[in-house]
Amino acid sequence: MQSAVPDLQQNFFQLFELPEHFRQDSARLDQQYHALQTQVHPDKFSHLAEPERRLSMQWATRVNEGYQILRSPIARARYLLALRGVDTQEETNTAMPMDFLMAQMEWREAIEDARQSGDIGALDKLDARLKHETRTLQDLLAVKIDDEQGYAAAAEAVRKLKFLEKLAEEIASAFDEIDG
Amino acid sequence: MALLQISEPGLSAAPHQHRLAVGIDLGTTNSLVATVRNGISVVLNDADGHALLPSVVRYLADGSVQVGQAAQAMQSEDPVNTIISAKRFMGRGLRDIGDTLSMPYRFVDAPGMLQLRTVAGVKSPVEVSAEILKVLRARAEESLGGELTGAVITVPAYFDDAQRQATKDAAKLAGLNVLRLLNEPTAAAIAYGLDNAAEGVYAVYDLGGGTFDISILKLSKGVFEVLATNGNSALGGDDFDHRIYCWLLEKNNLSALDAQDTRMLLTRARAAKEELTDHAEAHFTAILGGGETINSTLTRHDFHAMSQNLISNTLQPVRRALRDAGLKVEDIKGVVMVGGSTRMPEVQRAVAEFFGQTPLTNLDPDKVVALGAAIQANVLAGNRSADDWLLLDVIPLSLGIETMGGLCEKIIPRNSTIPTARAQEFTTYKDGQTAMSIHVVQGERELVSDCRSLAKFELRGIPPMVAGSARIRVTFQVDADGLLSVSAREMGSGVEARIAVKPSYGLSDADITRMLQDSNQYARDDMQARALREQQVEAQQLLEAVQHALEQDGDTLLNEAGRARIRGAMERLQSVLQTADHFTIKREAAKLNEATMSFAQARMDKSVSQALGGKKLSDLEM
Repeated sequence: MQSAVPDLQQNFFQLFELPEHFRQDSARLDQQYHALQTQVHPDKFSHLAEPERRLSMQWATRVNEGYQILRSPIARARYLLALRGVDTQEETNTAMPMDFLMAQMEWREAIEDARQSGDIGALDKLDARLKHETRTLQDLLAVKIDDEQGYAAAAEAVRKLKFLEKLAEEIASAFDEIDG
Repeated sequence: MALLQISEPGLSAAPHQHRLAVGIDLGTTNSLVATVRNGISVVLNDADGHALLPSVVRYLADGSVQVGQAAQAMQSEDPVNTIISAKRFMGRGLRDIGDTLSMPYRFVDAPGMLQLRTVAGVKSPVEVSAEILKVLRARAEESLGGELTGAVITVPAYFDDAQRQATKDAAKLAGLNVLRLLNEPTAAAIAYGLDNAAEGVYAVYDLGGGTFDISILKLSKGVFEVLATNGNSALGGDDFDHRIYCWLLEKNNLSALDAQDTRMLLTRARAAKEELTDHAEAHFTAILGGGETINSTLTRHDFHAMSQNLISNTLQPVRRALRDAGLKVEDIKGVVMVGGSTRMPEVQRAVAEFFGQTPLTNLDPDKVVALGAAIQANVLAGNRSADDWLLLDVIPLSLGIETMGGLCEKIIPRNSTIPTARAQEFTTYKDGQTAMSIHVVQGERELVSDCRSLAKFELRGIPPMVAGSARIRVTFQVDADGLLSVSAREMGSGVEARIAVKPSYGLSDADITRMLQDSNQYARDDMQARALREQQVEAQQLLEAVQHALEQDGDTLLNEAGRARIRGAMERLQSVLQTADHFTIKREAAKLNEATMSFAQARMDKSVSQALGGKKLSDLEM
């Protein structure tokens, strides 16, 4: 499910008063998030009247939505590209480089093997490798979006990250399954 | 501008008077009520000085009810009508409860939630819980010398929507205004964190009488943020008792005991379990109804052996929660133990081994949840500035909808910080289709049949169109209590489709009204008077709040016409407060709310921009 088209009057970067970059200081993001929720969270409005409570709910929900998008590298990239009018085409563009697709198949097989043989150690290793590859792609995104404005390449990197995200889900569900 | 004079007896005499609010731990085995007095959170005792109220309710043939110690004393004599651990039945159907044979109750299989047939009639677990809450409410009002503004009621973090809604319904029946449903581990974290000025990532391991929760929280500079939560809402101390009970049956070659013997042995089993905390052996001597004698000794070693897999069952949700939070055991700074069952030495040993550190037990595991709830209640009632700390909790189980083939499509993932909302678009599959049915479920499984059914919605009034052209946006909103509400809109025409909500479980408003009417305490007259009082109190609070807002921002954010309009609405509300019926008061209050709407929005903008210290751009479109 794609996230909503950003509100052009105020996007999440503006709401959080952060620069519209892919590279973000996560400590600063957390700080802004806490500052915002301190003002708008329903707990602060519990003893007040209905209109204030309703506003608080809407604001707190929106702040939570913004935080989820800004703290996740893939969601943040997708959002930034959308702000620049670029559709990442995750649902529609399935053409990927052959070597990438081959690697995907190998990943899947390795996860399946580990799952079937109940090998937690192997899953841990796969998890670590996947995290490393994810970080490499995220570093690429930073360069493409912030430094080069190479949005087509960035969109492709997001599509690849989406594949890796699905692999991470498979590893997580393999862990759950082995765990009982 | 003159302050409005409020002088009615029974209503708050001065603005910003301390409001009476409490925290209630509605536990499986014991319940407690606590409050903040002189800045300190304290548990309120009953007349005999007891803090714990056994969560036991006994129904008598004359319609009267015993709650607590008196009921507990009769549990072996009258097991059918003495309900213990009703929390295990909240929001659950008969098929959810595992082994009903060792429970002496007469179950009634009802749609959504099981019922219990007692000598005083068929009772819902909601009614049973309400009896416990009524006692606590009376205790609090007696102790504090006044009517309560509201209560924070704790629930296991892993309670789903059905279980939470049932808890809220019980509070309504008991005449309590629920300020918040608060997750038990979070409540404990508040009590612990504020007490110790703790910073870092902590795990709260909460093993109660019937439920298990594990929550992982990050505490930093006054922010309590739940990173992940998991658990098992059907695993607790009762299950350890049951193991001992089964062992006793086996050891003594017994089978198919009657209700009284069953209850008696279960009670002995619990006593033995507690004895084994401090002693190496526990002895059983008993005479059953049929004359058989029991003479057995249970060693600590054997008890450990028989409870091993129950304990390891608690570690599985712990591992899941750590994975969801993206953390390893080494990242956990401290483990807080909550719940009476964590007194078992074997539980402490297993937790210490898993986390590689000694768990923290410096707060009383029976009281810490109520104490934390009271601290939160104090804030929510408006008694103190809430700038000191912020609580960010999560929904424990994913919410989804049923799609083709009986599959569950997740809309809101577990561990999403609340409040949260997601929208999903649907369309019609037949030309001219004007209605659509949506089934909302909760859980992590792939198949809808393995998840908890929450509600089935029928959207009606969709304008007839070609199949596939209608765009119906369904929005799922989870509030700060973790409860779901759903709204829908056809995007093309803007029509708000009518939604008929059929909850799959629990009580309708009509059921609650009926129960209130049936209950001896609330005669029809009382209900009218009560409705009026509530409306007056709410209107009073509204007037105070608007007054305060005008004092703060009336001159900067409003012009004279705006101020006059609001003041006019305030005066009209004030004038009907004493003389009118509750509908009139409600209507004038609604008008005042409407008059202050854009003022409230402007104040919100201002406070958000002040939070970040920067300039605010144009109004956020809602």
